Amino acid sequence: MDNTLVQLAMQSVNFGAIMPSLVLVCFGMFLLLVNVFSPRGKTTHVAWISIIALVISGIVSLSAWTPAGTPAGAGNTQFGFAGAVALDNFATFFNITFLLAAGLTILMSDEYLKREGYPIGEYYPLILFTTAGAMWMASGIDLMTIFLGLEVLSISLYVLAGFFRGQVRSNEAGLKYFLLGAFSTAFLLYGIALLYGVAGTTNVAEMGLYFAKNSAILGNPMTIAGMLLLATGFLFKIAAVPFHMWTPDVYQGAPTPVTAFMSAGPKAAAFAAFIRVFVFGLAGLQAEWTSLLWVLAVLTMTVGNLMAIYQTNIKRMLAYSSIAHAGYAMVGMVAANEIGLSGILFYMLAYTFMNLGAFAILVLAGREGEENLTLEGFAGFGFKRPFLGIAMTIFLFSLMGIPPTAGFAGKFYIFAGALKAGYVWLVVIGVLNSALSLYYYLRVMVTMYFREPSEDFAWVKMHAGAVVSIVLAIIGVFYMGIIPGAVMEMAKLAIF
Amino acid sequence: MVSIHEYLMLSAILFSLGTVGVLIRRNAIVIFMCIELMLNSVNLSFIALSHHLGSMDGQIFVFFVMAVAAAEAAVGLALMITFYRNRESIEVDDINMLKW
Repeated sequence: MDNTLVQLAMQSVNFGAIMPSLVLVCFGMFLLLVNVFSPRGKTTHVAWISIIALVISGIVSLSAWTPAGTPAGAGNTQFGFAGAVALDNFATFFNITFLLAAGLTILMSDEYLKREGYPIGEYYPLILFTTAGAMWMASGIDLMTIFLGLEVLSISLYVLAGFFRGQVRSNEAGLKYFLLGAFSTAFLLYGIALLYGVAGTTNVAEMGLYFAKNSAILGNPMTIAGMLLLATGFLFKIAAVPFHMWTPDVYQGAPTPVTAFMSAGPKAAAFAAFIRVFVFGLAGLQAEWTSLLWVLAVLTMTVGNLMAIYQTNIKRMLAYSSIAHAGYAMVGMVAANEIGLSGILFYMLAYTFMNLGAFAILVLAGREGEENLTLEGFAGFGFKRPFLGIAMTIFLFSLMGIPPTAGFAGKFYIFAGALKAGYVWLVVIGVLNSALSLYYYLRVMVTMYFREPSEDFAWVKMHAGAVVSIVLAIIGVFYMGIIPGAVMEMAKLAIF
Repeated sequence: MVSIHEYLMLSAILFSLGTVGVLIRRNAIVIFMCIELMLNSVNLSFIALSHHLGSMDGQIFVFFVMAVAAAEAAVGLALMITFYRNRESIEVDDINMLKW
């Protein structure tokens, strides 16, 4: 960001800059009222209205997109709130990712909540608020906005994780997530306070300019401590090792659609804020945070994959695999060049499709009260339920990174970025980890197709919403896998 | 005259006390109180730095932190109550159903 951009940013309040999230918040509050006047147990209309809110927000988001070839200064980028918020291509790309994650989650939720005996309409406004918080994280260029977005997102997620209030498992997930989340927030805040003390501003753009002018202050222990504390807060949210211990427990205990959403939306939001703050605000400290992230990326990939091998519960296995995937995305952060960073954007979108698709199948494969999530429970599933079996196979192939799926394209771009930046060993470790992950993903497929069915699976009821979200996810996985160029061009435009 | 260094030292000490408390205490409510202590030590840093730098940003930040901490307390205590209803305990050692 150059000087003129900062001056441009210094305009006063501009609601256009937060319009996509404003739509969601307004609809969320409206839906809270709708819930009060709805009969008990009737939530389908709430789900539909929240889908409408997501579509409107998506249209508003897309109107802020600046296509390629637009002359400088003529784009649709909007700044607001004295330079605290920017609705630029970067924010828009992430907004679309969040909206897709929220949409697929809501589609698979309605029947699930009814089946599990918690048809409570407040679920949908909470998803909308979480999405709005994620949008503030992606579009915030002031640490204050990023902090507020993070908290709106987290507080809604604490409630969602503990949503099944009669189930001890869900209570535990909510409480654990809350205690550790609040703990990590304190570190993030302390980091912000120290950086504010050094640079005299909380604005990321101004901070970048300040550090560029006064590079002597970069070696100050207070700057380094602030950077490390800030990184701790973000690394917790993306579930990087060694801040990953909450992930498997919370993912396993939370309601399945919530887990699906948590692994895609909030993780992408944390990456958005991470990129915005570190690559653009703390560029002067790049040597320091690159070496830190190099080590943590290797640890995250390896620990995630090794632990996933030992899991017999598929939901928990996917939780560990999501840790490993955060590690792959961190490789792009280490590279910190155009391909690496736009690769992260691409990967987050691809991950949204493949992971939400896999979780939608877990939603369908459960029955009331008892979630059918153990590996044995899936024996012969592929023959008894051909459509779900094939869909699960596609998502698992994509999670492995087998062409022609989105997962392969995403990993390819991220590793290409790291190679270009000269991190050969990191790429070697990443590829070895991908090979390691074949073991536990293939094991699910082997169980589905080569084991004698232990049950008839006649109880698996297809819900229209979940089927639609599976089909959408399959389309997304193949579209981004077969023609990755189209999405990648957009991701490149999003990196400013 | 108390200088900025004393304030920052006090804030760092309070923050460390809070961190140690979170790590060694076993009651969820006490842990949450320790987290509040950490947040308030950060607030102290913000106010001191804001005064030192002569900029208002830090003081405004503190208001946001306090509002967020209040919202967090509401949600956190509600989660603790639901947990207590099901388990008759609020010790973190009883948060043990989910394990590897």
